Amino acid sequence: MEKEHKEHLIPYGTYFLVWLSLISLTVLTVTVAGIELGRIALFVALAIAFVKSTLVVSYFMHIKFDDLIFRIFLLVALVTLASIFILTATDIFFR
Amino acid sequence: MANGVLAERLENYLEHKTHKGIFAWILSTDHKRIGILYLVSMVTFFWVGVTLGFLMKLEMLTPGKTIVDAQTYNTFFTLHGIIMIFLFIIPGIPAVFGNFFLPIQIGARDVAFPRLNLLSWYLYIIGGLFAIASLFLQGGPIDTGWTFYVPYSIRTTTNVILPLLGAFILGFSSILTGLNFITTVHRLRAPGMTFFRMPLFVWALYATAWIQVVATPVVGITIVLVIIERALHVGIFDPALGGDPLLFQHLFWIYSHPAVYIMILPAMGVVSEIIPTFARRTIFGYKVIAFSSLAIALIGYFVWAHHMFSSGMSNTSRAVFSLLTFLVAVPSGVKVFNWVATLYKGSIELRAPLIYVMMFIFLFSIGGLTGLVLGSLATDVHVTDTYFVVAHFHYVMFGGTAIILFAALHYWFPKMFGKMYYEKLAIWATPFIFIGFNMLYFTMFILGYNGMPRRYWSYLPEYQTLHIISTVGSWILIAGLAIMFGNLIYSLFKGKPAEANPWGGVTLEWQIPSPPPAENFEEIPVVNHGPYDFSIINGNSDGKS
Ligand code: HEM
Repeated sequence: MEKEHKEHLIPYGTYFLVWLSLISLTVLTVTVAGIELGRIALFVALAIAFVKSTLVVSYFMHIKFDDLIFRIFLLVALVTLASIFILTATDIFFR
Repeated sequence: MANGVLAERLENYLEHKTHKGIFAWILSTDHKRIGILYLVSMVTFFWVGVTLGFLMKLEMLTPGKTIVDAQTYNTFFTLHGIIMIFLFIIPGIPAVFGNFFLPIQIGARDVAFPRLNLLSWYLYIIGGLFAIASLFLQGGPIDTGWTFYVPYSIRTTTNVILPLLGAFILGFSSILTGLNFITTVHRLRAPGMTFFRMPLFVWALYATAWIQVVATPVVGITIVLVIIERALHVGIFDPALGGDPLLFQHLFWIYSHPAVYIMILPAMGVVSEIIPTFARRTIFGYKVIAFSSLAIALIGYFVWAHHMFSSGMSNTSRAVFSLLTFLVAVPSGVKVFNWVATLYKGSIELRAPLIYVMMFIFLFSIGGLTGLVLGSLATDVHVTDTYFVVAHFHYVMFGGTAIILFAALHYWFPKMFGKMYYEKLAIWATPFIFIGFNMLYFTMFILGYNGMPRRYWSYLPEYQTLHIISTVGSWILIAGLAIMFGNLIYSLFKGKPAEANPWGGVTLEWQIPSPPPAENFEEIPVVNHGPYDFSIINGNSDGKS
């Protein structure tokens, strides 16, 4: 059986910093959208979104401090999603 | 193990009422009662679906109009598809038998979140009502086919949004059930019940639950996008508005293909329960079967675009998905060989559940093998969107999952209701079902191969002979289904009381009284052997494996 889950308090300061980074990344997304990047635009937007969701999941959703099993669950879901993206790309980019 | 003699004096779950009358059911958080709620609602929807199927086949008796016009036929196959897929076969085995038996098989008193479980049932009912409400509204019932393909689903004047919302709500029901099962398996296993001592039905439910949780949100968001596009004319999928219709097909099948594994994996789990019990020996290749469930769940995510071979997708994509499709046949084949190997030299007792299982192996193999015809690019182009496809998916979904749902219904009937069904009548129903089924659907393979397109209310005269055979088959099949359900309903009232373990099964549900006590176990059992260890009933009961 898994151990009881440990309490872990995150200081307000950290939450604030994470929030600030999320805001700045949003500003970045909007700015980048204004620049003509062609095909790369999609990847830049996805990369920024990835960083943002990592922040939310690790801090706001506490995954960073939780049992390993939850990180494994998340990783499996993430790899599945990435594979789905790549497979869809075999259609979109080769049409 | 729970003490059978003592446990017999406990109040069983049917006697244990938390509320009066119907509220004892619809407000109960007991996983067993919720399982029965699902069973009753699902069987009701199933018969609505069957009635629509019957009417469709009646229409196809003659070319041109027999009983209904083209538009009515369109709404018939759409509602038939929606009901059979979203209300019957997807919730199917997990919602009924998973709810009832998953906690018992791992030695728990209930699922991890009993109230969430009841909420799932309410969502299921609300979603179901939404899906069929369009029948009674102005504009008429939805006519897009169960796949809701754009741009038609954005442009048709029938009621599309309501059934779409219905499917959206049903998705939540499915996700919550999945979450509940994953948590239950991780948190509530009895002492000693390690992962590799879990019955294979539990493994199958566990793999299925992951698909429910990870894949279902995709269809949810897709549905929302269609609704937004239809209501607000934002260009997402409709090329006239600047959208990409193939994007819809990708998103739809990214869910709906894994969904076919939501349908079949639990059925495979049931097969892995029934075969050892009636062959009196442990399953051949336990771990391989357990892992093949996970493998199917995983590979099942990566084959969706084989539904789109002729839709204008890139050639690279067509080749990649055709290849991946062949891969998923491997773990399914592994299972079939293991089941047959388990039966080999077993001391087989041919009871109704096992007869259904054998029917399943036969029909599902035909469905699976014709799936390879559809999975190879070159042959698919010839038969796609014909009756060949209609035959294929009825063989896998009906011949596969629904037949196993019937097997499970017979296998666990004594445990669920504490009554025996009439064996002779149960066996008598099977030839009707088997012969009717093959007349109804095998003819469709030939029709499709000869070019009869699906979703048409009329046809060229040369197809008539086969259509007549097929329609007569539907009558025989439905007669068989009526005998089967009639027998079960009659037995519910008049059947002989069932013993705790009428089949000599060895998984935990057979160690407690029939019907189970309200809290399943008087004392949580301590497990010290694998799930199919027949040495415990074959005399030597020290239970080592
Ligand atoms: C007695 C039982 C049944 C009969 C007579 C029947 C008959 C039919 C017929 C005639 C069609 C339409 C063919 C066409 O014009 O394209 C159809 C479509 C379909 N059936 Fe059945 N069926 C039965 C049971 C089932 C079951 C048990 C399932 C699922 C588990 C199922 C799932 C479907 C689906 C998904 C479609 C496709 C609907 C669409 O094209 O959008 N059917 N069925």
